[in-house]
Amino acid sequence: MSMKTLRGLLLLALATALTGCHTVLMSPSGDVARQQRDLIITSFILMMLIVVPVIVATLVFAWRYRASNQKAHYDPEWDHSTIVELMIWSAPLLIIIALGAITWVSTHKLDPYRPLDRLGPGRVVTVDTKPLEVDVVALDWKWLFIYPEQNLAVVNELAAPVDRPIHFNLTASSVMNSFFIPALAGQIYAMPGMETTLQAVINHPGDYWGMSANYSGAGFSYMNFTFHGMSEGDFAKWVAQAKSHGDTLDQAAYAVLEAPSERNPVQFYGSVAPGLYRSILNRCVQPGPSCMNMLRVPDSGGGGEASVSSESHAAMPMAHPQ
Amino acid sequence: MSDMTMTVSGGSGAEEALRFHVAEDHHPENATLLGFWLYLMSDCLIFACLFAAYGVLGREYAGGPSAKEVLELPIVALNTTLLLLSSITYGFAVLEMQQNRRGPMMAWLIVTWFLGAGFISLELTEFMHLVSIGAGPGRSAFLSSFFTLVGTHGLHVTSGLIWMIVLLVQVGKKGLIPANKRRLMCLSMFWHFLDVVWVGVFSFVYLMGVLS
Amino acid sequence: MTFHSPDLGKLIFGRLTLDDIPYHEPILIFTFLGVAIGAIAVLGAITYYRKWGYLWSEWFTSVDHKKIGIMYIVLALIMLLRGFADALMMRGQQAIAFGAHEGYLPAHHYDQIFTAHGTIMIFFVAMPFITGLINFVMPLQIGSRDVAFPFLNNFSFWMTVSGAVLVMASLFIGVFARTGWLAYPPLSELPASPDSGVDYWIWGLQIAGVGTTLSGINMIATIVKMRAPGMTMMKMPIFTWTALLANVLIVAAFPVLTATLALLALDRYAGTHFFTNDLGGNYMMYVNLIWVWGHPEVYILVLPAFGVYSEVTSTFSRKRLFGYASMVYATVVIAVLSYLVWLHHFFTMGSGASVNSFFGITTMIISIPTGAKIFNWMFTMYRGRIVYDVPMLWVVAFIVTFVIGGMTGVLLAVPPADFELHNSLFLIAHFHNVIIGGVLFGMFAGVNYWFPKAFGFRLDPFWGKVSFWFWVVGFYFAFMPLYWLGLMGVTRRLRHFDDPSLQIWFEIAAFGAILILIGIAAMIVQFAVSILHRDKLRDTTGDPWHGRTLEWSTSSPPPPYNFAFTPQVHDIDTWWQMKQYKWRRPVEGFLPIHMPKNTGTGVYLAVLSLIFGFAMVWYMWLIAAISFVALLAVAIHHTFNYDRDYYIPADEVGRVETARAGA
Repeated sequence: MSMKTLRGLLLLALATALTGCHTVLMSPSGDVARQQRDLIITSFILMMLIVVPVIVATLVFAWRYRASNQKAHYDPEWDHSTIVELMIWSAPLLIIIALGAITWVSTHKLDPYRPLDRLGPGRVVTVDTKPLEVDVVALDWKWLFIYPEQNLAVVNELAAPVDRPIHFNLTASSVMNSFFIPALAGQIYAMPGMETTLQAVINHPGDYWGMSANYSGAGFSYMNFTFHGMSEGDFAKWVAQAKSHGDTLDQAAYAVLEAPSERNPVQFYGSVAPGLYRSILNRCVQPGPSCMNMLRVPDSGGGGEASVSSESHAAMPMAHPQ
Repeated sequence: MSDMTMTVSGGSGAEEALRFHVAEDHHPENATLLGFWLYLMSDCLIFACLFAAYGVLGREYAGGPSAKEVLELPIVALNTTLLLLSSITYGFAVLEMQQNRRGPMMAWLIVTWFLGAGFISLELTEFMHLVSIGAGPGRSAFLSSFFTLVGTHGLHVTSGLIWMIVLLVQVGKKGLIPANKRRLMCLSMFWHFLDVVWVGVFSFVYLMGVLS
Repeated sequence: MTFHSPDLGKLIFGRLTLDDIPYHEPILIFTFLGVAIGAIAVLGAITYYRKWGYLWSEWFTSVDHKKIGIMYIVLALIMLLRGFADALMMRGQQAIAFGAHEGYLPAHHYDQIFTAHGTIMIFFVAMPFITGLINFVMPLQIGSRDVAFPFLNNFSFWMTVSGAVLVMASLFIGVFARTGWLAYPPLSELPASPDSGVDYWIWGLQIAGVGTTLSGINMIATIVKMRAPGMTMMKMPIFTWTALLANVLIVAAFPVLTATLALLALDRYAGTHFFTNDLGGNYMMYVNLIWVWGHPEVYILVLPAFGVYSEVTSTFSRKRLFGYASMVYATVVIAVLSYLVWLHHFFTMGSGASVNSFFGITTMIISIPTGAKIFNWMFTMYRGRIVYDVPMLWVVAFIVTFVIGGMTGVLLAVPPADFELHNSLFLIAHFHNVIIGGVLFGMFAGVNYWFPKAFGFRLDPFWGKVSFWFWVVGFYFAFMPLYWLGLMGVTRRLRHFDDPSLQIWFEIAAFGAILILIGIAAMIVQFAVSILHRDKLRDTTGDPWHGRTLEWSTSSPPPPYNFAFTPQVHDIDTWWQMKQYKWRRPVEGFLPIHMPKNTGTGVYLAVLSLIFGFAMVWYMWLIAAISFVALLAVAIHHTFNYDRDYYIPADEVGRVETARAGA
């Protein structure tokens, strides 16, 4: 029974990936996620070229050369064959060469720091397209989205017009989180004192599920939000409605918001104190020892992975914002 | 079982004569020095991590004092001299050990001990001074990594000193028996290893810190 | 300080108060009662049958590598029960916590459980399993009488036990870490995790880590220096090869873990700023360092398992291992490459495209030698006469399962794909697929394979097969749904879900976990039944499977000295060759055999380390200082003991060997 079950499971997995089905990763609504989906499927098929024969051959050999089958050829000293050895090293090698090439190209093309050059298959981003800027802050345990152009901020809700590139800058207040909207694009970590970037575009209007994908403490399971893909008109309405809230997200309001809390409702701030995101990133909202980050000597380079290895895209902030 | 017997190879006369056990007493080589060397390599990796940490954090002054401001080369030069000298005197001790001359061996070991103790005292003085001017390990990432790297080396030297006392007592009691010689060789490797690490610390932390 | 000072309590008890005993948590109370009753029963039985002296002098203080190996595996099996209990609780929680239903575990518990599950399964199940098998088998395979440093071996084992006990103590005194099994800062730093949890984690791993590193050094020295004459490197049994490389990886990786944990401990205890958010600390350094250890760790676990599969496949196929040389090279390549891939664990932390693709591609390259190994096993079966005893069943299940796990692993190595799949249940499914399907299956194969060597009777095959089928089928039920959930965008470590459409998949996974539970129960029954029927299952030949390597040339169980005469090696499959040449075991000309003496020092040192670790967790500075000084004193005292060996007289050897010949 096991052999059949295993083969059945494998076929199920294959069929699943090929047909797309209904899982969010296999039928995404943003162009970046779609390209990532295609990459998953391509790699999967490429590996099936070797995985399926291996599993089949294993089961066939295991069955054929069972001890009770005295008809099968038995050669207890046969332990070397140059041709077979050449084959068993080169077959995986060829697959990996192909996959490696795909990896190199796609990793560069889908680098989250790289500005988008297309909105979808065959739809090139024009030079004068200005991406929507969103500054993302992961707090304990909720998401803060700041729209610098619109001068507004929202907790646990995100909206963007369809077919307009979105440029996320991300940081966090205290611990690591990972910003993930599966339908839109792959995830990127949001980390305190460091900045990461994500470029994405949503192609279909709709409500999508967003979350933190990296465990961050007690309230982690509720660190979810809805991402609305909207038409330009609806987005303008959403902005206007958000702006109609009188609250300002300033230093004092941020201090209240920053305190750990779970299951926060959606909350709008009609305006945001200038430079707030920069000071969160610099850990300088409240003056204190953390702010001395900024006092390092000028020859000092950037901080961690996020700033150093992302080439010129992101950098540890150097200047005090105020 | 039938499988087993059916394939006995042609069995030429020469092969029939294969011996499958050693009739005489077989003693494998003593592995202590190899084992100790492996331990030193693992210890070396710990230092590698601490050097790496210093490499990453060594400029993170966080508004506190910089390497240039707190590190004083003259003291460290003296320190380094003491430690390098102690390696040489340990070498003399090993030479005496090979001649089976217990007295001179122990004398050189004692000289080594005092040189090592001098090194540690100077290091402690430096640390206490730094803490007293507010440049303790909690002040900045630079100072954290500095104290940890230098302090870990210092802890190693301290354990070397304790070990040296133990060995002096053991050699005094039992003489230069093979077990004690082996231990002296292990400590010798340990001591020279710490010297090499210190050369790294001196160049990487002190020289580069002060000269940059 | 006077004895009336109110600080005395603080000095002795540190921050430990009565509130840290979770007497108000029903789950923990019942667990505690269960453990307590079990412990009293076991301890009572030992006392009743007056076995303490026997246990102490024959086992706890033993420096015999065979006994130490067996004790490691007993530890692994006990800890497997704990780790699996955690797994069941998680599966239960995730299967019911939907919408308005919060499940039965609050975050405070749930987060400890998944942290403990990962920590225990890797450090106190997989590692002792590996070390135990290597300990038991490797010296026998190389024709040696013991390991290079027998006392160190005993000490290493007890340090591992101390680490395990400290982690278990967190169940009933205080809390365990709520950070995930690798305790990334800033979450594991003092501001986010001020309680005892992370400290238990640090000290538990640090103490066990000392044991692991020393045992690694010991095993390398043994393989390099103590092989029987004639056994060149390319004539070493393949399991010994994998043991060698795994231990090289241990010695080259565990110091990194030790250093990293020490730096985290300094941050938490001494106020330094290595991984803090402030004053220049850099937690990305922790993530890099921990994976510089963490990725080789995966290969530390899987390489010896590969060795087991190689031995089992060729033994039960009644055929030489196909492609021995390419097997060896593949293992070496895997070991080297395992140091060049660590960044693939955090593609999503903002590294640039070139860095990500470099590490992605190096990761994929590992699949080439791994693939070659799979083919080698396949071609070992090819033209063989495969006997399906329990160990061989595990091999076939392994190949199929591991190929699937390997494939999903390569998929995760493509960085843009990883952006979608990182931290998802797809990842969870992947690594359980390779760790259960790769490591654990191998350990079960190994236990069934070498058990008769260790105890002189076989394990009951019926219950072995029951256990096998429940484990394998349970595994597929438990983890295939997780791949699917990963594609649905579900990530790890969640204890509550809003989307009701996910529930069915979690229920299937929970069902799979129950099947595995039956598999584990069947395994326990297998042990019990085998012990009861040991006379029926007795193996008097020492070679129940028609083995190929030297361990099968000894009696079962082997005598303390393993070999009355050191073997002379001419071939990889020495014992196979000896049998073909109709070798007869010599019955005369015995010589006295030089052996190491047992010592209790390893136990004392480990107990003192445990006290020290516990005191450090609770800030009991006085006790910490005393236990540390005592530790040093006992260690130094031990070095004054020069009387560490003895000779088994020749006539005693003769008696043992003759008794065996008569059997």
